[in-house]
Amino acid sequence: MFVPILKLGFCLIVTAQSDLTDTEWKQLQFTLLEKVASTHARNVILDMTGVNILDSFAGRMINDIAQMIHLGGAETIIVGIQPEVAWTLVQLGLRLKNVITLLDLEEGIELASRQGSANSLALFTKKANNAF
Amino acid sequence: MPSKIQIPIFCESDVLATVQKCQSLLIQIEMPIDEATLALTAVSEVSRNILNHATSGEVILSIVKEDSLSGLSVVAQDSGPGISDIEKSMADGYSTGKGLGLGLSVAKESMDEFEIESVLGQGTIVRMRKWVP
Repeated sequence: MFVPILKLGFCLIVTAQSDLTDTEWKQLQFTLLEKVASTHARNVILDMTGVNILDSFAGRMINDIAQMIHLGGAETIIVGIQPEVAWTLVQLGLRLKNVITLLDLEEGIELASRQGSANSLALFTKKANNAF
Repeated sequence: MPSKIQIPIFCESDVLATVQKCQSLLIQIEMPIDEATLALTAVSEVSRNILNHATSGEVILSIVKEDSLSGLSVVAQDSGPGISDIEKSMADGYSTGKGLGLGLSVAKESMDEFEIESVLGQGTIVRMRKWVP
């Protein structure tokens, strides 16, 4: 499964559209770190709307990704955790560290735009508004 | 829709396939989505264990009925190296592999019934059941 990484200002948006295999998680980790470095991103939004199962491996990958992104000077925002996934995480005591969690992509982009990437996003919206 | 599915585990996509097939069984027995997600997490953990520790094995998923109860039965078996200290391997945070070290304890927590048998040098069998509440 190909996981698209979109750039919006200083923010990277990653959408996992279905459950990922272990290799796909590792690939995502690698490409994401490269991309954070090459784009100087300040925020990474990980959209989990399509993920139905978060087991201990996926939990660990998310923690690792967030920690590495943090070391690279950016922050991870996780959005779109499904209610049953949230329930499972709590039931099983799996914890996500170093991440901000928000309800959906809209809230994630709003927060990212208020934070470090504010200037560039504002510029983007201005350009977009001017276009119409 | 068959009520028993046998899936050999050889590669990572087999783990996802097992989870997906299990999902269809859970829908069939009308397991509520929250309980179903727990069961799927357990299935994912035990199938990955086969892959990580034994390189190959199989998972047998079936629908079980007892009295008025229906449920899911999962048997995961491999002919890997076996587990030297089952009690230790079940403890939170104990890991020889690459996960959070929660795999087996997560599986146990997620299901209603959980049994593990392991013989060093011969392999491991995990039997789990979850009933529709």
